[in-house]
Amino acid sequence: MSAHQTGMQFDGVALAVFTVLFLLVAVMGFLASRWRRPADIMHLDEWGLGGRSFGTFIAWFLLGGDVFTAYTCIAVPALVFGVGALGFFAVPYAIVVWPIIFLFLPRLWSVSHRHGYVTTADFVEGRHGSRALTLAVALTGILATMPYIALQLVGIQVCLDAMGVGGGPDTPWIVREMPLFVAFALLAAYTYSAGLRAPAMIAFVKDSLIYLVVGVSIIYLPAKLGGWEHIFSAAGQKLAKTNPTTGKPFGGLLLSEKQLWPYCTLGFGSALALFIYPHSVTAVLSTKNRNVIRRNTALLPMYTILLGMIALLGLMALSSGITTGGNNSLSVPLLFKQNFPSWFTGVAFAAIGIGALVPAAIMSIAAANLFTRNVYRAFISPNATPAAETQVSKVASLLLKFGALVFVLALDKSFAIQFQLLGGIWIMQTFPALVFGLYTRWFHRRALFVGWLVGMVYGTATSYFVPAPGKPGTHFGGQIAEIPMLGHAGYIALTAFVLNVIVAVVLTLLFRSFKMEEGVDETSPSDYEADAGDPGVAQDLPTH
Amino acid sequence: MTPRIRYMLAAPLLAAPIIALLMPGIYNRTEPTLAGFPFFYWYQLLWVALTMCTMSGAYFLVVPAQKTRGKK
Repeated sequence: MSAHQTGMQFDGVALAVFTVLFLLVAVMGFLASRWRRPADIMHLDEWGLGGRSFGTFIAWFLLGGDVFTAYTCIAVPALVFGVGALGFFAVPYAIVVWPIIFLFLPRLWSVSHRHGYVTTADFVEGRHGSRALTLAVALTGILATMPYIALQLVGIQVCLDAMGVGGGPDTPWIVREMPLFVAFALLAAYTYSAGLRAPAMIAFVKDSLIYLVVGVSIIYLPAKLGGWEHIFSAAGQKLAKTNPTTGKPFGGLLLSEKQLWPYCTLGFGSALALFIYPHSVTAVLSTKNRNVIRRNTALLPMYTILLGMIALLGLMALSSGITTGGNNSLSVPLLFKQNFPSWFTGVAFAAIGIGALVPAAIMSIAAANLFTRNVYRAFISPNATPAAETQVSKVASLLLKFGALVFVLALDKSFAIQFQLLGGIWIMQTFPALVFGLYTRWFHRRALFVGWLVGMVYGTATSYFVPAPGKPGTHFGGQIAEIPMLGHAGYIALTAFVLNVIVAVVLTLLFRSFKMEEGVDETSPSDYEADAGDPGVAQDLPTH
Repeated sequence: MTPRIRYMLAAPLLAAPIIALLMPGIYNRTEPTLAGFPFFYWYQLLWVALTMCTMSGAYFLVVPAQKTRGKK
């Protein structure tokens, strides 16, 4: 399949507009380091949490940035393009997540502010008094973030690809992967210099661009493509065709009987996982008081509407006869390219590209914070100065991106959503230690650790043996597997999580009966209700 | 209203979107369509708007309850 068949001709105008917008944002990023300038930028609270001073407005953009990434713009419509209704699970996911965070995140905010916690692992250490469990939570957070960053790289890459950067299949490997390396370099340079302030500031530009592009697409494209009724029926016909690699239909406009369980478990599992990712917690902790988060849960579903609209772009791409040459992630970029004038295609690609850059920066900062505080300072250099810590964080954020690059090169990119779902399997295993820990100390710390281990091993092994559709012998090709004893297929993260909890409960009962040492809890019940202005909750955190 | 009643009223508001969306069996159908959208699609999009309402309701119920609790 040549580049011309898949519509990937070089588009100079689009590339020029894309580049100009990107440079503009880069300049903003560097200026951002002066915004709300603190006395000492070489401090982890500053580089990594933006000084913890964000109100409802900025927090809305920052929290929205956690949901609204290349996951939304590229991976979700690609799944809808590939399989139809099942890809729409992202909508229930992005709805169910709000009541869930309404419940537990204010508690995490309070206890973190009273004790100066910057990461989830900080809290786990303070609550359970277990170094092993803390290290497990920190390393899991770092590991789970990598495929999520990889997904962002894929997002930037497909935009560059669609503009014809990188050439066709006849060009050498290194040239074809060029867009990926360009995307990588952009991200690395940019996060390194500015810390969390940069993505917070650029989030405004990113969201304005995305709202503009989605608004235009949702009004202009249906009119151009013959109306919604036609889009649904044409997409339905395409989905009903037989997939030559599997011998079954591609999918459908509705869920098949067999997809009901995967749909539900993917939605629920993803929702539980989202706000325990290090980067989500970073965004939450950077808010200035307890109620900013709750107020935002009523406003953030705005992003879900956008997500739903973008998911429908996958159906539009189907109905307009886009062929992606096997890489479904190209469906939305090619849809834009086919239907928009070149200059607006450039704007749209810049929106997607910047929309991937911002969260990727937040993710790598958050995971770097985890490394610095809970691995480097806890195990390697306990007496590091704040400036040294910040330097380590900056370098760690670079190394993390190399990890992400490995995921991009090693995994099948045609369904990029698998990257995020794989990360979800891992991060879910920290849920009991973190979220249950916010409510109860009933669980024994060692039981939580063993539960985590069992969940990680089961989840990783199960996922390893799932081949990509139509490609037997490949690994990590999908995150859905049969749930033991239930006979239905479901999201592996949720199955592994249930297993994790069962192990934790059984062992807790066992360890209790043996009177095993419990560890010290440095928090007290009132810590979980504390708000800004209460005693012990300083607006500015004590230096560590 | 006592804080206890406020929390009890907020609970169904928080639970509603979860129940409505995590049982795809109830909305996995084409009819009735709305403006060309099969039911499956417009039902879920409608719930986004409804969630904004239920979350606002829960916010206004729970936040005053916390203030009274803090003063105790």
